Amino acid sequence: MTALRKGTGASPGLAAAPAYFIHQDHYTPKKLEAVNTTGEIQRFRSAVAQAQEEIEAIRVSTEQKLGADKAEIFEGHLMILEDPDFIDATEEKISDEGINAEYALHEVSTSFIELLQAMEDELLQGRAVDIKDVAGRIMSHLRGVPHLDLANMTEECIIIAEDLTPSDTAQLNLDVVRGFITEIGSRTSHSAIMARTLEIPAIVGVGSALRSLPADAFIAMDAEAGSIIINPSADELAAFQQQKQQYDTFKAELTKLKDQPTFSKDGKQVELAANIGKLEDVQRALDNGAEGIGLFRTEFLYMGRSSLPTEEEQYTSYKYVLEKMNGKPVVIRTLDIGGDKELPYMDLPKESNPFLGQRALRLCLDRQDIFRTQLRALLRASSHGNLKIMFPMIAVIEELLEAKKLLAEEQAKLADEGIAVADRIEVGMMVEIPSAAVSADLFAPEVDFFSIGTNDLIQYTMAADRMNETVSYLYQPWHPSILRLINMVIKAAKQEGKWVGMCGEMAGDTTAIPLLLGLGLDEFSMSAGAILQARQLVGELEQAEWAAYAEQALRIRSYEQVTAFVQQKRK
Amino acid sequence: MISQTFTILNPTGFHVRPAKTFVQAASAFPCKISVLNKGKKVNGKSSLSMLTLGIAMNEEVTLEIDGEQEAEAMKVLGDLLTQIHE
Repeated sequence: MTALRKGTGASPGLAAAPAYFIHQDHYTPKKLEAVNTTGEIQRFRSAVAQAQEEIEAIRVSTEQKLGADKAEIFEGHLMILEDPDFIDATEEKISDEGINAEYALHEVSTSFIELLQAMEDELLQGRAVDIKDVAGRIMSHLRGVPHLDLANMTEECIIIAEDLTPSDTAQLNLDVVRGFITEIGSRTSHSAIMARTLEIPAIVGVGSALRSLPADAFIAMDAEAGSIIINPSADELAAFQQQKQQYDTFKAELTKLKDQPTFSKDGKQVELAANIGKLEDVQRALDNGAEGIGLFRTEFLYMGRSSLPTEEEQYTSYKYVLEKMNGKPVVIRTLDIGGDKELPYMDLPKESNPFLGQRALRLCLDRQDIFRTQLRALLRASSHGNLKIMFPMIAVIEELLEAKKLLAEEQAKLADEGIAVADRIEVGMMVEIPSAAVSADLFAPEVDFFSIGTNDLIQYTMAADRMNETVSYLYQPWHPSILRLINMVIKAAKQEGKWVGMCGEMAGDTTAIPLLLGLGLDEFSMSAGAILQARQLVGELEQAEWAAYAEQALRIRSYEQVTAFVQQKRK
Repeated sequence: MISQTFTILNPTGFHVRPAKTFVQAASAFPCKISVLNKGKKVNGKSSLSMLTLGIAMNEEVTLEIDGEQEAEAMKVLGDLLTQIHE
């Protein structure tokens, strides 16, 4: 019999093996009166000491197997064992209420678990597992029963459990465990994170449906799709194994590309960068092989708070990204607020047409106090890496010149104050308003680079609101009109020896990339997850050949025809 | 007793790692350290209690410190609250 179940893929990969069920019992101790509370406290302390010893051993072996940062989870567990609100509170409960250690521990740990599970943040909800893990271990010692041990498994299997604690996951014997499936949990739970580190497939949150399976069930799991086949037929299993092999080969190929530069088949080098909007995106960019940050949106610093961020706060954030990128280029865009992105504390007037109103640089030039603070923070951060500053929403050259003037003034002030600034900071502009695209040759002498923001450029060129579904058909990234604008920008930049990047969604699109490479784009900035595939694609393309195709595409009448043209030439 | 308010800059809020660093530093001081956020007040020497505050980026956190070395503790812990932790 074949049955199919769905869950959330928490760690990618495919695996097929017999199921191994872990049944966790939920022990709830009875409340008993303690005759000798001093003795109860002694018993509790010795259980804590034993747990401490075991966790320390797990910490050491995890550090050896997986490195110091993964072992940190267990440092956290050891800290719980020293937490006054946990340990001292349990002991006080024993003596104040005159009750048994098991019940006091149960009460204290449950109250923390419930508090954390009720939190909005998924990450914090997940931390309840840490307390369960630690409290469960102490409880086992109090009761004198053995704690679950997954280190000594000998048969090939896929583990099925209600949930796996961090210490369970860290001890999995990877020689035989092919993957695991849990009833609860999310992508951010420790066991999911651990599975990704161990690179074994994991599916979480499947519910209790698997509990009723026979003990000898055979499982084929595809953690990419989050699907589980129970007792596959011979044909299904053969197809699955083939799929698994393809996936493993594809994965290995992509991983090889991670630390490689990006070259077309005929040797033209381009830069593949990541767009980021939060500090934690930086690590993801590096993990996905980004050669730089092509767009760092700074709005997050201003949103979700009650007042403007200070210079010091901004400086700390910019410095963090620059240092983390370790000399790789980082393009930071100055504030793009206004329009549809509001800041309550700034009390901006309502506009009837916000996308055509006072947004981004227009607002910054009006509210120079805000702008100058950001420029100072950027300039100060520049000495910590390879910073490039980019101004958004420029329609006419006066705006660019004014922004550059303010930047120069702030730079001069810092020099007077004796504060270090990088010797050379590239200054560029986004091209997202058609007026800037068609007169790019007039802007080019005044900038070090252009970055084409296609999301807005398309919206303004087509006069179609992207969010309005009735006109969303006009969102046509490689429509000849857009390709022509892009072409004009690139040609104008090349004339002046400047480079051109693109930081809209189009830069990571596999239909657009061949055309953009053909038009001579230098830098492609996209969401991190798209980078490796883009690198593989560029490696398969002849730049010279696509230069000719792109020229032809400029003269094709419609979007559909361009799409078909690219597909045909790709074959 | 002294008290001061800080704004959290760390992108992921003040959760596991930052809280750990904070509690380790706080535990080294003899004074009583309370952390206030969103109307709740907890012991700054307990990482579990710190977690239950669910302190997010850009939120305000007030430290109330009472006892020996309170000024030093305020300096060290205030710096930790406004730092970006890896």
